[in-house]
Amino acid sequence: MDLSFSPDDLRFRDEVRSWLGDAMPAGIRAKAEVDAHFEMEEVMQWHRILYGKGWVAPHWPTKFGGPGLSATQRFILTEELELAGAPSLSPFGLSMVGPAIMQFGTPEQQQRFLPKILSGDEVWCQGYSEPGAGSDLASLRTTATDDGDAFVLNGQKTWTTYAQYADWIFCLVRTDGSVKKQAGISFVLVDMRTPGVEARPMLTIGHTPAFCDTFFENVRVPKTQVVGPLHGGWTVAKALLGHERTLIAAVGHSQRAIRRVKRIAAAHGLLDDLAWRSRIARLEIQLEALQMANYRTLAGAALGHAPGPESSILKLRGSEIFQRAFELAMDVMGPDALAWFNQPGVVSELEQSVASTYCYNRATTIYGGSSEIQKNIIAKLILGLPGA
Amino acid sequence: MDFQLSDEQKLLRDSVRTFTKQRSPVTRFRKLRDHAGVTGDGWDRGLWREMGELGWLSLPFPEAAGGFGGTLVDVGLLLEAFGAALVPEPYLASVIHAGLALLRAGSAEQHARWLAPLIDGRSSLALAHAEAGHRFDPQPRSTTATRDGAAWRVRGAKQFVAHGQHADVLVVSATDGEQTQLFALPRDHAALRIDRVQTIDGLGAASVHIDGVVDDEHRLAGGDAALALDRAHDAAAAMAVSEGLGICQAVLELTVGHLRTREQFGVAIGSFQALQHRAVEMFVEVELVRSVAVLAAVRADEENDDLRRRAVSVAKAQLATGGRFVTQQAIQLHGGIGITDEHDVGLYFKRMHALGVMFGDEEHHVRRFAASPSFAPAP
Repeated sequence: MDLSFSPDDLRFRDEVRSWLGDAMPAGIRAKAEVDAHFEMEEVMQWHRILYGKGWVAPHWPTKFGGPGLSATQRFILTEELELAGAPSLSPFGLSMVGPAIMQFGTPEQQQRFLPKILSGDEVWCQGYSEPGAGSDLASLRTTATDDGDAFVLNGQKTWTTYAQYADWIFCLVRTDGSVKKQAGISFVLVDMRTPGVEARPMLTIGHTPAFCDTFFENVRVPKTQVVGPLHGGWTVAKALLGHERTLIAAVGHSQRAIRRVKRIAAAHGLLDDLAWRSRIARLEIQLEALQMANYRTLAGAALGHAPGPESSILKLRGSEIFQRAFELAMDVMGPDALAWFNQPGVVSELEQSVASTYCYNRATTIYGGSSEIQKNIIAKLILGLPGA
Repeated sequence: MDFQLSDEQKLLRDSVRTFTKQRSPVTRFRKLRDHAGVTGDGWDRGLWREMGELGWLSLPFPEAAGGFGGTLVDVGLLLEAFGAALVPEPYLASVIHAGLALLRAGSAEQHARWLAPLIDGRSSLALAHAEAGHRFDPQPRSTTATRDGAAWRVRGAKQFVAHGQHADVLVVSATDGEQTQLFALPRDHAALRIDRVQTIDGLGAASVHIDGVVDDEHRLAGGDAALALDRAHDAAAAMAVSEGLGICQAVLELTVGHLRTREQFGVAIGSFQALQHRAVEMFVEVELVRSVAVLAAVRADEENDDLRRRAVSVAKAQLATGGRFVTQQAIQLHGGIGITDEHDVGLYFKRMHALGVMFGDEEHHVRRFAASPSFAPAP
C-alpha cells in the first residue's frame, strides 16, 4: 500500500505546474484567479494552447495524436488543470465523439475528423436528448430515412449544449422503426451547416446560453457519416459512457470550489467562526473520502484493471459534492447571494459568478445519466437487485 | 500509488476470514453476550490464547518488543474481518489502544513485563483514559498523580474503559500537574476499584476508580506518555474505521440478500425502485468508508502530525456518518424484523454506534480537521 505518487509522477506534476505558470494568458489567468465564467472564445483559446503543448487530449492514444501519458499522468494533468482554474474544455469532441470514432469509425472517418477535434478547428455538440426522450433515451424519435447514398433526418434534439458555436453534431437517430427500440438506432455525424439544421439557443437558469434546441428538417446526411454498424448506434452510445470514468468525480473542480468558499468566508470574516468552519470542513472531509475512492480507481487503471465497483460512485457523489460546494458558497455570501451575477461593485469579484454557477450546477446530477439512472444501474449491475 | 495487498497480506486476510467463519461467527458473539450476565464473561480467554499462538496479537509490535513488526494496514485487514463477524475479543481495546500506548511510553523492561504476556495471549490490557465531562480529550485532566516519597499517589475516576471489566492489567492515565503519566496496574492492585458497566454494543466496559499509592515501577518510563496517548488514540481511531468497514460490508450483504428474497405484493421487494435507491446509497457510503479505511491505516503511523491527524479525522468522521447511515438504512430495509433483538442487523447497528463514538465522534474529528494547519493556510 502506498498513497503517494512516484518520483516520476511528482516530477511530471511539477512540469505541469510550471508550464501552467507560464502558458496561461493574462486574460484567462485574471479570470481564473477569481473563478470567473469563461466565454466560448476563451475556452477555445485555451484549447489551442493545450493543443500546442500536446496536452489537449491526455486520454487519446498516440496514434491519434494523444501525448502517450500513463493513466496516473493523465489523472495528474487533468487534476492540475482543474486546480489551476483553467477553462474546462468542451467534452463533446475530445471525450465523446472522438473516442467513439476511434473505436467504431472507419479509417477515412478517423482521418477526416480526429485531427480537427484535436486542433479545435471543429467544435462539436451532442444530439442525444429529445423533448420526449430524456432518461428513456432509446425512445428517441428523430428519424433517418434511407435515400440512396444519404439519410434524410427529421426531428428535434434538445439540451444540445453550445450547439450555436458547433461545427458538427453527433446524433442518435432512428434508422429502423420496426424493431425493438434499442435495435433501430444509428450514430450519425451531421455538419451543422447542412441545409435544414437550425440551432436555437435558450437560457439556462444560470442565465448562460448553454442550451439549444436543434431542429432537423429534411437534412441530408451522407451514409459515410454513420459511425459503427447501421442500427448499431446504441452500442456506440453505451461504449462512450465507459470512457475515462475515473475522471468524472472532478475532485479538482470541487477542491477549487471549496478553496473559493474559504476565500469568500475569509472575506466575510467567517473563517474563524467555528460553525462556518465546521460546515466547510464537513464538505471537505466528504471530498477527501471521494478523492480516495478516485485514487483507488486510478491505481487500478494504472495496472490495467477495468474500473471496479467504486468507480460507479464517482459521478454520483462527485456531482453532489460539487453542487454542495456552490450551495455553501451561496450560504457563506449571505445577503450578497441575493445579487444576480456579473454586477461589478455590488458584490466582490470573487463572488461575481457564484449565483450563476450555483444555479446551472443543478445540471450536474442530471446530465451524463441522472443520479437516479446511475442508481438504477448500480442496483442492477453491482447489487444484483431484480428488475421492476 | 498502490492499493494492492501483498501476498502475505492476502494470506492474513484469508486466514482471519476463515477463522471467523469457522470459530467466531456472529452467533458466537450473541451467545457470549446473552450469557455475560450469568458467567461473567463476554469473551473467551482460550480463543485469545489461540490468537496469540497464531501471531495475531503480535502484529503491530516491533520485533524488538517481541512483536511481528507488521503495519496498521495488516491490522486493518484483521479488524475488518473481526468487524464483519462481531468478534468480541478485545483486539482494538487491548492490542491497539492500550498496547500501542504501552509500547510507546514503556521501557524495554516494562515491555517484557506487560507486552510479552499480551502478545502470547496470556493476558489482556485496557487503557483507562476517559474522564467524565471531558468528552474526547485523550489527555487526563481530573485524574492526578502526586509524588509520595519514592512512590505516587494516584487519584481519579475513569469511565467507559473498554475491556476494563476483564483486563489483567489496566493502563491508567493521570496528570502530575505538568505532564501526563501512565501507570500499568494489575487489576487486583489495591488502588483500583473496577465496576462493570453495560454498553450499547453488548461488550460492556468498566468504571474505574483509582485512589491509592502506586510504586514508581508501575509508571511507564520509556517515553513521552502524552505523545504515546495521542498516537495510540490515532491508531485506535484508524483501526475502528477498519472494524466499522467490516460491519458496513456485512450489513450491506445482509440487506441486499433480504431485498432479493423477501416478497411482498407478490414480488421480491428488491425490485422496488425506492428500496433499490436506498440500497445504492448504502453501497456508496460503504465504498467511501472502504476508501478512507485505507487512508487512515496507511497514515496512522505517519510522523507528520498534520498529515496523520488530517487523514485519521477524515476517516473517523466519514465512518461516523457513513457507518451510521448504512446501519440505520439496513434496519429500515429489513422492516419490523430489523427492530427485533433476534436479528443480527441490530447488533451491527449498536456496535457501529460505539465505534462512531470511541476515539472521537464526528463532531470531534470535524473540529480537529477544521483546526488543522492545512485547513486554512495563510494566504
